[in-house]
Amino acid sequence: MSATTEAEPVRTTSAARPRRRLTRNISAKIAAIPMVATALVIFLGGTIWTVVYSFTNSKLLPRTNFVGLDQYERLWETSRWIVSIQNLMFYGVMSLVFTVVMGFVLAVLMDQKIRFEDTFRTIMLYPFALSFIVTGLVWQWILNPQFGIQGVVRDMGWTSFTFDPLNNPDTVLFGLLIAGLWQGTGFVMCLMLAGLRGIDEDIWKAARVDGIPTWKTYVVVIIPMMRAVFITTLVIVASGIIRLYDLVVAMTSGGPGGNASQVPAMYVYDYMFQAQNLGQGFAASTMMLLSVLIVLIPWAYLEFGGKKHG
Amino acid sequence: MKLTKLTALLATVAMPAMATELEVTHWWTSGGEAAAVAELAKAFDASGDKWIDGAIAGGGGTARPIMISRITGGDPMGATQFNHGQQALELVEAGLMLDLTDVAEANNWKEVVFPPSLLDACTVDGRIYCAPVNIHSPEWLWLSNKVYEDLDLPVPTNWDEFVASAPKVREAGKLPLALGDQPWQSNLAFGAMQIAVAGLDAWKAVNVDKNMDVAAGPEYAKVFEAAAAARELAKGSAVQDWNQATNLVITDQAGGQIMGDWAQGEFQVAGEVAGTDYTCLPGLGLNEYISTGGDAFYFPKLDDPEKEEAQKRLAAQLVSPEVQVAFNLKKGSLPIRGDIDLSAANDCMKKGLEILAGGNIVPSGDMVWSPDVQKQNEDLMVEFWKSDMPAADAHAKWVENLKSGL
Repeated sequence: MSATTEAEPVRTTSAARPRRRLTRNISAKIAAIPMVATALVIFLGGTIWTVVYSFTNSKLLPRTNFVGLDQYERLWETSRWIVSIQNLMFYGVMSLVFTVVMGFVLAVLMDQKIRFEDTFRTIMLYPFALSFIVTGLVWQWILNPQFGIQGVVRDMGWTSFTFDPLNNPDTVLFGLLIAGLWQGTGFVMCLMLAGLRGIDEDIWKAARVDGIPTWKTYVVVIIPMMRAVFITTLVIVASGIIRLYDLVVAMTSGGPGGNASQVPAMYVYDYMFQAQNLGQGFAASTMMLLSVLIVLIPWAYLEFGGKKHG
Repeated sequence: MKLTKLTALLATVAMPAMATELEVTHWWTSGGEAAAVAELAKAFDASGDKWIDGAIAGGGGTARPIMISRITGGDPMGATQFNHGQQALELVEAGLMLDLTDVAEANNWKEVVFPPSLLDACTVDGRIYCAPVNIHSPEWLWLSNKVYEDLDLPVPTNWDEFVASAPKVREAGKLPLALGDQPWQSNLAFGAMQIAVAGLDAWKAVNVDKNMDVAAGPEYAKVFEAAAAARELAKGSAVQDWNQATNLVITDQAGGQIMGDWAQGEFQVAGEVAGTDYTCLPGLGLNEYISTGGDAFYFPKLDDPEKEEAQKRLAAQLVSPEVQVAFNLKKGSLPIRGDIDLSAANDCMKKGLEILAGGNIVPSGDMVWSPDVQKQNEDLMVEFWKSDMPAADAHAKWVENLKSGL
C-alpha cells in the first residue's frame, strides 16, 4: 500500500504516460503485493464476511441461516443502541469542535516564534502517546470524588465543593470529553502546526504590507489555505470518535445508571461475546461501518476525486 | 529457610517428570473466591498433577468472551469454568468439548449429583460434558442487623417488612437497599423478586413452560410494581461492583442488598457472624425457593492423550466428596452432592442446605434462557432500575425479550 501511494506524486508531477503505467516502478509494485493482498483479504474480506453474516441468526458460532433484516430491525428497536448513538453524536460533535478549535488555537500560539517551542510541543503531544485505557484510568482517578479534584479541594477547606461528573448521568459525557480532549488535542495541534509552517512567509509579508490585522489574516487567508490539513484532521478525529470504546470502558464501563455513557462499540462487543449473538453484533458493527463510510466518502472525494490539486 | 527453599526447588524439579500441567481458567478473584479455588488447586497438585491457575479478573461477563475466543481460536485451556446452563452449549454442539460420560459412569455421578438437574444441564444428546462443582442461588436478601438495632427496629424477616422499614432507614441517613451499577446486578435483583412476588406457579409457567400470556399477565405486573418500589430504595447507591455494595451492608451504611449466596464469603472474610452481625433471607423471606445456578467445569478437547487423562482425573476429583467439602466451605456455596457432611457450615449455608434437601428448587436463569435473552434483560433491568422508566413499559419490553428467545 505505502509503496503505491508513494509512487503517486511521481506520476502526477512527471508527464503522465498512461500506456507504461503498469510496468513503471515494477519492483515497487511487486513489493507491495503482499500488503495489498493482506489488505484485501483481512480488511475487505473480513468486512464483507461481517456484513454477510449480519443477515443471519448466528449465535455463538457463525451459521449461514439467513433471516433477512431481522437483526437490523431488532437493533433499531433496542433502546440501549439508540442511547448509544445519541451519546456518540453528542460526544462526537463536542469532541470534534473542541479538538479542532483548541488544536488550531494552540498551534497558532505555538507559531508565534516563542521560546522553548520544542518543550511545549513535547508536553502538548505527550498525552497522545498514552493509550485510551491509560488515559481513562488516570482521569477516572482524577475525577474520583474521594481521591481526585473534589477530594483535594475539599481538603483545602472548601467542604461544599462538588465536582463529580462521572457519577452523574447528566454530566458523565463531559467527564469523558475532558479525558478525550486532553488526549487528542496535542495531536491536532501538531497537525495544524505543520499546516501553518507550510504557509509561505511571503503571504504573511503581503498581508502585513496591506495592513490586514493578524487575526483577520488567519481567518480569511490562512484557514482557507489549510483546507487539506483541516479535512485530514476531521477525518482522523471523526473515525476515532466512531470507534470510541476503550476510554468508556476504562472510565465508566457504560454507566452510571446503566447506559448513560454507552457507545455503539460497547454494544457490538457485548452482543457478540457476552450475549453470544454474533448476528446482532455484526448488524451493529455494520451500522458503525456505514457511519465511518459516511465520514470517509466525502473526504476521499475531496482528496482524490473532482479537481486534482498540487 | 535454606532447607525449605531447597525442598521447594527439589519439588519443582521433581514434579515435571510425573505431573501433567493443566491450565484452568475461571473468574474467581474476590477474597473468598480465591481462597476456595486454592482448595481445588491444592487437591489437584496433591494427586500428582499441576494446576496452572488462569484467573481472569472482571467477572464472568469479561472472562467468558476470553475463554470462548481461546477455545474457538484454537488455543484451548485444560479446563474452564462456566455457569450451569447454556453458556457453553454451542461449544459442545460444535464438538469442541471433551466427553466426560465415562468419568461420570465410573464415579456414579447419576446417583450422587443432587439435584439431578445439574447433571441434566451438563448433558447434551445423552452425553455428559461438564463437572458441576457448586450451587449458587441468587435469591437472597442480606441485612445488616446493626442498622436496624440502631433504629430500635426489629430486623426484617421478609421483603414486605424490609420495604415497610425502609423510610426509617432512609431518614437515618442510610441507604435502604445497596445495588451495584453493573447490569447483571439489576437483573439478579429482579430475578429474586420474580419468585418471591409472583410465586412459584407463575414463575414456572413463564420460565419453564415459556407461557408468554402469564409473562404479560397480572402476576408479573405485580413483580414490576414491586421492583419499581424497590428502585426508590436503591436511589443514591453509587457503587459499581457487587462486593462494594455488599461492603456497604457489612460496614452498616446500607440496610440490605439482594445478592447471591456468594456474598456470604465477603461477610466471612470481614469476620462477621451470621445471625448476630448480619441476617440472610433466602427467597427474600417470602417464598423460600432457591434456583440452582452455580458453576461447572468444562474440558476443551486437547490433542494430547496424556492431558486428556489429566482432564478426566480433574473432573472426577472436582465431584469427589473431599474436594466438595473443602471447596464449598470456603466459597460459601452449596455442594452438588447430597451425601456429604457439611456440619461446619454457618447458619446461612445451613438454611440453603435445608431448602435444597427439601427440594424447594428451581432451575437458574442461565439454564432456561439463552445468553442472548439474559443479556437483553440485563440491559433492560439496569435501565429500569436506574431511571424512571414506567413499570408497564419495562414489563412490555421484558416480554418481548423473552419472546426473542423462544
